Amino acid sequence: MSRQTQKNVESKNKVSCDLFTLTYGSLVAQLIKDYDTTEDVNKQLDRMGYNIGLRLVEDFLAKTNSSRCHDMKETADKIQSAFKMYLGISPSVANWSAANDEFSLLIDSNPLTEYVELPDHMSQLKYSNILPGVIRGALEMVQIEVQVWFVQDCLKGDSTTELRIKFIRKLEDALPAGED
Amino acid sequence: MPGIYSVYIISRSGGLIFNYDCEHNFVSSEVEKTFSYPLDVKLDFIHQKLIVSFGQRDGIRVGYTLLAINGQPFSGRKMDDKDVMDDILANEDNYPINLKFGLQRLTTNEKIVLSSMFHSLYAIAALQICTKGRNDRRLTTNEKIVLSSMFHSLYAIAALQICTKGRNDRQFLKSSGIEVMETNNFRINCLQTTTGVKFLIVSDLTVPANKDLLLKKIYELYTDYALKNPFYSLDMPIRCDLFDTNLQAILEQNEKQPIISNV
Repeated sequence: MSRQTQKNVESKNKVSCDLFTLTYGSLVAQLIKDYDTTEDVNKQLDRMGYNIGLRLVEDFLAKTNSSRCHDMKETADKIQSAFKMYLGISPSVANWSAANDEFSLLIDSNPLTEYVELPDHMSQLKYSNILPGVIRGALEMVQIEVQVWFVQDCLKGDSTTELRIKFIRKLEDALPAGED
Repeated sequence: MPGIYSVYIISRSGGLIFNYDCEHNFVSSEVEKTFSYPLDVKLDFIHQKLIVSFGQRDGIRVGYTLLAINGQPFSGRKMDDKDVMDDILANEDNYPINLKFGLQRLTTNEKIVLSSMFHSLYAIAALQICTKGRNDRRLTTNEKIVLSSMFHSLYAIAALQICTKGRNDRQFLKSSGIEVMETNNFRINCLQTTTGVKFLIVSDLTVPANKDLLLKKIYELYTDYALKNPFYSLDMPIRCDLFDTNLQAILEQNEKQPIISNV
């Protein structure tokens, strides 16, 4: 690919963050209409995220020169750079557990929630619940099973948004040859 | 420069009939370290060995085997009637604990499997992959499917650990699987992605041998036009016109000016 077309591709891939924020907002609003309980909405968001993650990880791998992670620290670094690539933000990595298998992502400004205020009766809604799904799906494709959940959320009055990521196990059965 | 590592002779039926290892070219990979509780190296029981599967540190790499505990060697996962994983490593009272890790050499059995697999590999290489002119017989779709799945298993075998001194002197004695296969009239280049998808290019010998970048470009096309197509389901045959056209475009471009370096 020549330099010219490469540049075109890059600029083509950049869209306004507002468009994304609003589209996500209408998606959540529609889900709330379609489902009776907030719990179902949370579950659907997580599932959608999971399906996005399964595909998104290939895009990430093809466009960066990432190799397989052999410890959680590397994984954390890569998740950080993926956030930069897809959401334009750099969350900080903190609160490592003693066994180095658990850490937090601190997101100061979450683009998904830019124009959002949570009404009182929606206090159970995990508005950005698509993110844990994406991370879980993406890591599963590279044979790492994790658990991801929100510890803090700006929308609920916390000072920052905190995502907790815990390593469960490596998926040995799915490991491609040459990597086990 | 390391010299010869091993010599193998394989019989016609694919069996191993002779094997010789040049011991002086092998390096020791053993690492010993004292750990405190909780153990931050994840171990798994694979192929009758306790193998590091995640959380590498201090030269103890993924793929290394646990060889000894507090200086006492053991094999399998039992040590004096005690289960190493459940009774020794999981028990806080046993810490601080001294563990020795290292790579284990291939067993004779593994060498035999390796040899017979190489035999089938050779058989594949001898197949006609692209015939032009002469008898004009192309591979049928069925044959292609069989070939692909065979290549897949061969890739797995090639990735076995053989104790050699690595390039760049990494004492990491792990092969990656087949990257290039060459015969007197064609060459196969292979890229396996982290998720396990393999990309192969079969080419003439007259074109540049280095196809890393071209393979990477095709990978990018796959992510863009197959995976981002909502009507494409994962792990199914790709029937996307956009992917076809873009692939053709990149191959035509490659023909005019081979993609070997970053532009």
